[in-house]
Amino acid sequence: MSDLRDLYQEVILDHGRNPRNFGKLESANRRAEGYNPLCGDRFTIYLFVDEGIVRDIRFEGSGCAIALASASMMSEDLKGRSEKDAEKRFGQFHALLTGDPSDREGAADPALGKLAVFSGVREFPVRVKCATLPWHAFEAALKEERETATTE
Amino acid sequence: MSGEIREAAAVRDGEPSLALDVKKVREDFPILKMRIHGKPLVYLDNAASTQKPYAVIDAYNVFYSGCYSNIHRGVYHLSETATKAYEDAREKARAFIGARGIEETIFVSGTTEGINLVAQTYGREKIGKGDEVLVTWMEHHSNIVPWQMICEEKGAVLRAVPIDDRGDLVMDELEKMLGPRTRIVAVTHVSNALGTVNPVKEIVRLAHRRGIPVLIDGAQAVAHMRVDVRDLDCDFYVFSGHKLFGPTGIGILYGKKELLESMPPYQGGGDMIRSVTFEKTTYNAPPYRFEAGTPNIAGAISLGAAIDYVAALGFDAIAEHESAIQAHAAEVLSSIPGLRLVGDARTRIGVFSFVMEGIHPHDIGTILDREGIAVRTGHHCAQPAVDRFGVPATARASFAVYNTREEVDALASGLLKVREVLL
Repeated sequence: MSDLRDLYQEVILDHGRNPRNFGKLESANRRAEGYNPLCGDRFTIYLFVDEGIVRDIRFEGSGCAIALASASMMSEDLKGRSEKDAEKRFGQFHALLTGDPSDREGAADPALGKLAVFSGVREFPVRVKCATLPWHAFEAALKEERETATTE
Repeated sequence: MSGEIREAAAVRDGEPSLALDVKKVREDFPILKMRIHGKPLVYLDNAASTQKPYAVIDAYNVFYSGCYSNIHRGVYHLSETATKAYEDAREKARAFIGARGIEETIFVSGTTEGINLVAQTYGREKIGKGDEVLVTWMEHHSNIVPWQMICEEKGAVLRAVPIDDRGDLVMDELEKMLGPRTRIVAVTHVSNALGTVNPVKEIVRLAHRRGIPVLIDGAQAVAHMRVDVRDLDCDFYVFSGHKLFGPTGIGILYGKKELLESMPPYQGGGDMIRSVTFEKTTYNAPPYRFEAGTPNIAGAISLGAAIDYVAALGFDAIAEHESAIQAHAAEVLSSIPGLRLVGDARTRIGVFSFVMEGIHPHDIGTILDREGIAVRTGHHCAQPAVDRFGVPATARASFAVYNTREEVDALASGLLKVREVLL
């Protein structure tokens, strides 16, 4: 049970139940879709990027608790960041998820802030894609890729 | 084996008279003793693949350690032994589905290859521009995509028979969709996503009345019910060994002799030829015409062992046990708050797709796994069927002959735990 609680932390459950920044962004100037063919999860990320800054970010779609929470917390985390900084966040977040499961304490980069609650995901390798799906879609939106981003 | 099983059941008092002693059956499957995350394995993903009994594992081992060689080649003892074992397995498969002859019983790598074979040989010759191929909304992708490919190539149209809210085929629609341009009907015997058992005999009758041949995807049927291709009168029937307690990479394509004889080869190579010169190759007769190259000999022989195993249990005993488990599962699942079954067909087997209010199937799968319970989550390679019910994915528990009432109860406790963790 304890490892399940590592994965499904209260903060994650809360964001999964009540995702923030959920819905279409009418003023968006960039958007992309993320799709996980394994489970059918699908997200659309809307961005309003101005002078290299992610001024606003919203998302739509459906997914598991991990994916929804990840999209929700990502949207909070990235709003106001520069494109470059946002890309760096994805790198840090990815490292958190795919690090050595036995090295949980060492891996939680203090710079990650709230996003560190996802550290439990590394013990569930098949769920890593759930957490990274919204980020892949975000990255695709930044680059304005036309194809749907997938986790595969 | 079945004699012992029946005897054991007969001496028990006060219990429902199951002719099958599931405890004994479970002893035949070594993996079922496993523990996952410290809990006994509860394997409920039988629609994806079934576990293997010692009889199958041993057949593999015996073949590779005691009589391995290539087949249909040498005059030496080992090759003769291997050839005989391979052909004996074909005969077992023939008898298992009630085919008239071994020339109607082709070894393929599985259901997917079997359907591709028919699409690329029979389909390629018979389907032309403006023609139609009729499938259903509940097909597995492997009975959609091969037809889509040939339709695209030929400028033909792929049409799909709708299903109703319970997950049954709308038979009136099916009948209406059988038209003068329909070249083949390809339909699943049992739905892997919904558990629906289709009235395939009736479908064959309706199609044949208009001279249209029928292919039946039997992947989900063969482990649960007796199949008699002559009684069904289907033109093609396909199944995979691994869903019948056999190994992966082997399956059977049945085809009516007169159809197979008229069909061109699928792949070129050794064994499928009669003679080869650079000017002209003459092809071998069925089944060999469709078995180019060195086949999966060990797989075929082990499939034969799986067929023997199932035959010894007996389909009456299997059906009696499975319907008791199915009834219990239906009852228990409906008692879980917020759980909705996806698919409630009038005739069904123990494949239960479900969703839980406010909980994503993927999360159900992860939490059940920590309880040692293996279920499938996702679209089950049957996206149209799952889409039809307005959900992106479901969780699916699918039962086989070795599952127990206690495992159904474990699933129920697991699902309550899912609610406890997530809600």
